[in-house]
Amino acid sequence: MNHNTVTNKEPLIRMVKRGHIGKKRAWTIRGIAMLISLMVCALVIVGITGQNPLQVYAGIIDGAVGSNRRIWVTIRETFALLIVAVGLVPAFQMHFWNIGAEGQILMGGVASAAMMIYLGDALPNWLLIVLILVVSSLAGLLWGLLPALFKAHMNTNETLFTLMLNYVAMQITTFAIVFWENPAGSNTVGIINSATQKGWFPRVLGSNYGLNVLLVLAITAAVSIYMKYSKQGYEIKVVGESQNTARYAAINVKWVIVRTMMISGAICGLAGAIIVSGASHTISTSTAGGRGFTAIIVAWMSKFNPIAMLAISGFLVFMQQGSIQIASQFGLNENASDIITGILLFFMIGSEFFLKYRLEFKHRKENAK
Amino acid sequence: MKKRMQVLSSLLLAVAMLAGCGSTAGESTQNAAETTVQSEDVATADESAAVDVSALKVGVIYIGDENEGYTEAHMKGIDEMMASLGLNEDQVVEKTNIPEDESCYDAAVDLADQGCGIIFATSFGHESYLLQAAAEYPEVDFYHATGYQAASSGMANVHNYFTAIYEARYVSGIVAGMKLNEMIDNGTITEDQAKVGYVGAFPYAEVVSGYTSFYLGAKSVCPSVTMEVQYTNSWADMSAEAEVAKQLIADDCVLISQHADTTGAPSSCEEMGVPCVGYNVDMTSVAPDAALTSAANNWGVYYTQTVTNFVNGVVNPVDWAEGYSVGAVYVTDLNKATVAEGTADAAAKAEAALADGSLHVFDTTTFTVEGKSIEDLIAEGGDYAKYADYVSDGYFHESTVISAPAFDLRIDGITEK
Repeated sequence: MNHNTVTNKEPLIRMVKRGHIGKKRAWTIRGIAMLISLMVCALVIVGITGQNPLQVYAGIIDGAVGSNRRIWVTIRETFALLIVAVGLVPAFQMHFWNIGAEGQILMGGVASAAMMIYLGDALPNWLLIVLILVVSSLAGLLWGLLPALFKAHMNTNETLFTLMLNYVAMQITTFAIVFWENPAGSNTVGIINSATQKGWFPRVLGSNYGLNVLLVLAITAAVSIYMKYSKQGYEIKVVGESQNTARYAAINVKWVIVRTMMISGAICGLAGAIIVSGASHTISTSTAGGRGFTAIIVAWMSKFNPIAMLAISGFLVFMQQGSIQIASQFGLNENASDIITGILLFFMIGSEFFLKYRLEFKHRKENAK
Repeated sequence: MKKRMQVLSSLLLAVAMLAGCGSTAGESTQNAAETTVQSEDVATADESAAVDVSALKVGVIYIGDENEGYTEAHMKGIDEMMASLGLNEDQVVEKTNIPEDESCYDAAVDLADQGCGIIFATSFGHESYLLQAAAEYPEVDFYHATGYQAASSGMANVHNYFTAIYEARYVSGIVAGMKLNEMIDNGTITEDQAKVGYVGAFPYAEVVSGYTSFYLGAKSVCPSVTMEVQYTNSWADMSAEAEVAKQLIADDCVLISQHADTTGAPSSCEEMGVPCVGYNVDMTSVAPDAALTSAANNWGVYYTQTVTNFVNGVVNPVDWAEGYSVGAVYVTDLNKATVAEGTADAAAKAEAALADGSLHVFDTTTFTVEGKSIEDLIAEGGDYAKYADYVSDGYFHESTVISAPAFDLRIDGITEK
């Protein structure tokens, strides 16, 4: 007990890095974090509204899955978020900080809207949809390729580059809206091909959004297989860990960066098509709706595990849809949803900290016990 | 030893929390089940008796919330309707901050699913999504403010409504014109310097109709007035509106009016000491020494009438646009500290004449386009021939063919930038 001599110099709390942590223990900590977050949300809700928090949670559940249609909206939004997160995985595994998904989605969305508007009457619907998927992927690919080329050959900062391309994409979208606006002067494009439904995803699995789900599942499976079992997937991870190691192993680092960002951008572009052709049937500056940023959280928190990504996307969308309901039910502002989601994320991300570190309190206290 | 205690205490904490929250989680699912059952009951009751007030459910889709003047005015109208029909809170489902994209469709069908027999949406861009929902729910009545497609949609359950706000703008123009006259009489400006600045949202008929009626009101008392219009390209952008107002003042405008939803322009006017006329809400709180009055809507008139008709089984008009004749528009209380002498009398006179139909805002003898009267231009044909349906008996019939504003002529005396 020689450390008694230094008691007063020590800080009250020390962070100590954990060694290995068991899976069971890890999930217990996550579970506790989630429960605490729900309790803090409840406190906030009671504080703001004076409503019974249980009723508010019941309202959230009702809003997210309370009817067949609400379930499908929740599914639609979940998968729209999931595919963006999936698109980010290859880039993030390579430690390429692609925060430009928002712009890549918008470019894909603008491309699909253009296809719907200009080729709506010229092509049979199945061909048009195939074309929409291809062209929107190419648009997203281009938006991913640009920062990758500069990163690979000139070592530019990809975080800034992709972020700024978001603003460029936003301006292109605004221009497209003014160009296609219907009716003139309204500053909106309105529903594209509302009469003919050309370029709209057909009903699959008995739902308007069935094809969205199938496409996203297919892409998710393809990306996990690609990352886990293909040589290219391995190359990505090596480049991510250490570019020098990669070079030593005769991996063409520049080409891997460019190729991976093309894949990443293309998937985010495809997400744009799924949102525009598969759900909104219009293009607006809110088409990406912040998904490009939320997806970063989804990808990181799930450690790129596809099942975890689905679960976290589902959870976030569930809360989002639920809070639309409580907003109207309890006269809360829509911002209440942001507060609740913020609290949840705070605790969920915070719990990751406790998986890596544990806190040690001042020893004197320990002795007092 | 220490480590073991730590594990123990954290375990204890976890158990306590799990126990505490386990039961709450159980209750909450039970609660959810109960609420769904209740809402199903309401839904079935609603279908069986569409005209029973106690079973009526009304849905409303707002573009913003109570923090934004346009939506606040609609909310007040809905509250007035609830009070006069004796509806309780559960019978009115209000969805706020619904953007002009597929969320509007989601909101509309969700309201219909909840058993709303009558659904209102308030923003221009909501219309196509509302039509999409209306096609799926032919038994539900849909009402869309500021839209123009109800009559042409071919669906019996779709309606458009808008107030004749141009009447109130005309009256607020008179208030502005009186102020200009006062400034001319005081020698602050000459007659030729009577230039008004107008902060517009978009170069769209709704705005053009609004600023033209305002201008014609001012011109009816101050014949030498001219006007400059600048756009912000947003319905509500406080900093842009403040900036545009300052630009207009820098362009020698001596009075500012607006068709945009925030208090940006009045704030600038207060700062620069320039009188201003607002929209939707009384601006005297932000511009006590500058605000004269504001043109405003009283949506309660429409909401009450429409829901009452619905309950009584009376078919509502496909297009509705009324003004002073039913009290659907008004100007906010004149700011006694700023308005010119005799303003109240002049405004009251115009209001009475607008209400009884003896005064028409778009009287064709009061304005010219490219130096010619609109009748002559229609007779000449070309681009102006399309206005033939609107112009007769010496005035432009605004908001009669469809409820949305249609007057988009750029008349002499007004310049757009």
